[in-house]
Amino acid sequence: MRIKMKLMLLTIVGTIATVLAGCEPLLVLDPKGPQAKTQADDIILSIWLMSGIVIVVLAILLFVLIKYRASNQSEDYEPPHIEGSHLVEAICIGIPIIIVIFLSVVSVKSNYEVETTPAGYEDQEPLIIYASSSNWKWHFSYPEQDIETVNYVYVPANRAIEFKLYSYGPITSFWIPQLGGQKYAMSDMVTTLHLAADAEGEFMGRNANFSGAGFAKNTFEVTSMSQADFDEWVDEVHDTADPLTEEKFDDLLDPGHLGRSTYTGTHLEFSPAPEHDHGSSDSEIEEPEHEDHTDHESGEETNHDNH
Amino acid sequence: MDFFDRFAVPHPSFLIYGAMVSIAIAMIAVVVGITYFKKWGYLWREWLTTVDHKRIGIMYLIVALLMLFRGGVDAIMMRYQLSMPDNTFLDSQHYNEVFTTHGIVMILFMAMPFITFFFNYLIPLQIGARDVAFPRLNALSFWLFFMGAMLFNMSFVVGGSPDAGWTSYFPLAGNEFSTSVGTNYYMIAIQIAGMGTLMTGINFITTILKMRAPGMKLMKMPMFTWSAFIANVIVVFAFPVLTVLLAMGTMDRLFGTNFFTTDNGGMDMLWANLFWVWGHPEVYILILPAFGLYSEIISTFARRNLYGYKSMVASMVVISIFSFLVWAHHFFTMGQGPLTNSIFSITTMAIAVPTGVKIFNWLFTLWKGKIVFPTPMLYSILFIPLFTLGGVTGVMLAMSAADYQYHNTMFLVAHFHNVIIPGVVYAMIAGLTFYWPKMFGFMLNEKLGKWTAWLLSVGFVLAFIPMYITGLDGQARRMYTYSESTGFSALNMVSFIGAAIMAVAFALLVYNIYYSIRYASRDIGNDPWDARSLEWATHTPVPEYNFAIIPEVASTEAFWDSKKKGHELFKGKIEKIHMPNNSPIPFIMSCLFFAFGFSMVFSIWPVAIIALIGILACLTYRSFEKDHGRYISVEEIKETEAKLRGAKK
Amino acid sequence: MKVDNSLPLEYSTEENSLKILGFWIFLGAEIMLFATLFAAYFTLENRLGNGPSGAEIFEITPVLVETLLLLTSSFVIGLGIHAMRLGNKKAMMIFFSITLLLGAGFLGFEIYEFIHYVHVGATLQTSAFTAILLTTLGTHGLHVTFGLFWGLFILIQIKKRGLTPETANKSFIFSLYWHFLDIIWIFIFSFIYLKGMM
Repeated sequence: MRIKMKLMLLTIVGTIATVLAGCEPLLVLDPKGPQAKTQADDIILSIWLMSGIVIVVLAILLFVLIKYRASNQSEDYEPPHIEGSHLVEAICIGIPIIIVIFLSVVSVKSNYEVETTPAGYEDQEPLIIYASSSNWKWHFSYPEQDIETVNYVYVPANRAIEFKLYSYGPITSFWIPQLGGQKYAMSDMVTTLHLAADAEGEFMGRNANFSGAGFAKNTFEVTSMSQADFDEWVDEVHDTADPLTEEKFDDLLDPGHLGRSTYTGTHLEFSPAPEHDHGSSDSEIEEPEHEDHTDHESGEETNHDNH
Repeated sequence: MDFFDRFAVPHPSFLIYGAMVSIAIAMIAVVVGITYFKKWGYLWREWLTTVDHKRIGIMYLIVALLMLFRGGVDAIMMRYQLSMPDNTFLDSQHYNEVFTTHGIVMILFMAMPFITFFFNYLIPLQIGARDVAFPRLNALSFWLFFMGAMLFNMSFVVGGSPDAGWTSYFPLAGNEFSTSVGTNYYMIAIQIAGMGTLMTGINFITTILKMRAPGMKLMKMPMFTWSAFIANVIVVFAFPVLTVLLAMGTMDRLFGTNFFTTDNGGMDMLWANLFWVWGHPEVYILILPAFGLYSEIISTFARRNLYGYKSMVASMVVISIFSFLVWAHHFFTMGQGPLTNSIFSITTMAIAVPTGVKIFNWLFTLWKGKIVFPTPMLYSILFIPLFTLGGVTGVMLAMSAADYQYHNTMFLVAHFHNVIIPGVVYAMIAGLTFYWPKMFGFMLNEKLGKWTAWLLSVGFVLAFIPMYITGLDGQARRMYTYSESTGFSALNMVSFIGAAIMAVAFALLVYNIYYSIRYASRDIGNDPWDARSLEWATHTPVPEYNFAIIPEVASTEAFWDSKKKGHELFKGKIEKIHMPNNSPIPFIMSCLFFAFGFSMVFSIWPVAIIALIGILACLTYRSFEKDHGRYISVEEIKETEAKLRGAKK
Repeated sequence: MKVDNSLPLEYSTEENSLKILGFWIFLGAEIMLFATLFAAYFTLENRLGNGPSGAEIFEITPVLVETLLLLTSSFVIGLGIHAMRLGNKKAMMIFFSITLLLGAGFLGFEIYEFIHYVHVGATLQTSAFTAILLTTLGTHGLHVTFGLFWGLFILIQIKKRGLTPETANKSFIFSLYWHFLDIIWIFIFSFIYLKGMM
């Protein structure tokens, strides 16, 4: 009995901790874009399913502990020798296999979803933004609009966005929880993250892969706005911002933390993104997007002729 | 003076200076103490040159407990630093050094030696053997591990601690971004310790395959021995990957090669891949022996045989194979595309199936049992729901699209602590409590033990469950601070309180050991728990030769059957026993490895070369050595047996 | 020490059979070691940076000679173990000596090969490809070097102590090691040199 009460206490302690999360929804479970919604749905589904499993295990445990505790039985009770049962084993293997198959189907489906343009946005031209990290800031290059920002990114809502990720230093991970998951930004190749925002607002973004002393503050802000507002902003930048020179960009690359800044032009001309690595046997990086959108890039950020 | 500059700590602090002073004082105190009590000879004869598996096991245990303390202090410092937003207790560099050290120490220098302690002490006893297959190699394994651990542990006071995470990804861990020798310590100390582990793997596989008592077929072995056997097979296949990896990392840092650099063709992703090809099997190396211990403890205290012996064995075999097929789940977000991620997603989820089989088999072992709840059993009961929770969050993480949100957040940190602490740490403490009377002749205090188990569990839940939540709220791992506006502070404070409670629990464990040494009755006999397997069919304390007569075995629970069915274990008469001699070579050679490692860390090439020559000289000596061991005479055995029998009630 | 005379000398005591099994397991670990090196090689094979490719630096002649020397040495040590089984100490020692000489020859050619690579600009530091190439070849070469000394020490022990269960055991284990190195070389020859030169 005492064990049972203590286990209950443990559960209550755990629940209190959960409740302390407060009434504000958690960022990951408060999606503002279709990719994040897919992920949040998967997460919630798995929480329910896994909770069921934990409850079943706990129930069986409590049952056997209470029923078969020594103090509940006679002195001379001799527990029987039970080797096992094929039927029981079959159930204990079979049901988990069914659960795993189910989750695998869900998971594979979502895997492909988050690696392509979000559903409903396929007929649009995605907006391409190059997000590159240098210790410990983010540079956002808009080749189509010919502008660049540091540590903040404005995006139009209801438009597919392709973030092209790479790094000027250690491996970092580009993460905007409310719009979708993260992806690594590395120095020898470009990775692509397909996101979209279907609501206007401000969202937190950060580097999620430890990259040294300034990692904790390696954050950025994402603001999504209407396409009209976005176009207005681009025009404003062209009117008011300084051009990004190679010299200035080298300064920006110095290790440290920076506030927000804005420039016309991008660094892609004088400091292009790394080429994909051909011939290395493990790359399964998606190629098609590059072919489709070379005509959108003002600079020749990469020469794709040597495919 | 320039030469000595390299040993300075690049980023000192009050805590580090304090540690330097304490280490110096402790070392002086130890040397003075041993000299004063005239124990150098004893130390040399009985411990530094021993090849006895029981002694070697205890040395592993001592190092593991010391490292648990160090890793725990790291943990509480981290939790304190994060308990409040913008806290200044640890600055970024120190926090990075602390979490790097915490990971390496806990996994490689606490958990690995802890399970190796159990391998060493228990396996020969469980299979009815007198020692392991290669006692000298066993000693070398320990001393190499010890020197690797010592080399690593001195880094934070000599030259600087590694600070790139326990995973030490490149290019962060390369010369450009990790400028101190810290990462050199990482590459070299772990390499040396890893060699010891590989030798352990070879040793115990041979022991288990070839030295079982007559009648003990493979499918009649105790479940712990099975779990150890499979774990050691994983070791033999996984550790060479680490050997190559660390060698390549060392070469990049010390010799300017381009394996993982950002130019000249280097490939940083290769480090991540190879690391986890080793790293994932590593965690199964840790958990399988823990599972084995739970099997022993649960069946002992449910007073029933283990349910589903065959499927328990099969599940561990399946787990060990799959452990090599899941590594990419540690970096789903590295850009390899949906096909690769889907494959690894499926293999990762599949591994939950055999693990689930084990959980159910333990539950069914309790079925129709006669369950009592001493401390080891309490840990096992707490393990089941807590580990299941951790395991199912693993299945959640396995869904790679969702993992794009979980990866590198506190959710992940919560998951792996949720499986390691109730999984491995509880088993270590439960196993220690369970086998303590056999090793030392007295029991640990029950009341203190139960308090420890409950405090640890409450503390664990408070410390780690909030991390699942903050992870989903955007708190990444390895962040040394966060701002007030993130809203992380309340739950991080709860985590800190939980960690503090865990610290109290561990302190209670230490107090338990002290209290029991002082007050516990020494009159407990050979079988205080009424246990089931062969290791309990020995005297307490276990004599050097383990069994005067090699037992003959007829079932999975040989000792239980001998008690309940009158099956005779020790037939025949006593004959002289061949035992290996002690040897100074393992200790000396390991000291040379330490010198080699240290000089490589600081690029002092002449010393490194001399140390290397010394190591080769030891090997040469060993090759020509003509040591055939010695015999313990029948009279001596009979005398020892009589004395031990007389001592028991 | 209990000697079972129905078994070959190298297996004839319990300790002997333990050591042989232990060494087979060690060879399993070594397979994983070289497998890791090969996996890294295939991954980095085309990452040349500013340096040369395999096709540009490999020369078939020394590689063929090395192969011939090593394969022959493996055959000869097989003869040596056979002689040992027949109890023919003199023949065994001659065969072992020839094995070690051939091994030394192999090593000599390999050192010449490495010097050539440095001259043509393929050093350890040049690129990822050269790093993994030279590390893989070098690891194998270091194993051979270690083997030369080990084999020599065993030869000396056989000369001084004769063919005992112990020396037979050591010789047999050494032969397993030597055959293993030969098999690894076959993989190196096929998947590094031949593949690189095509």
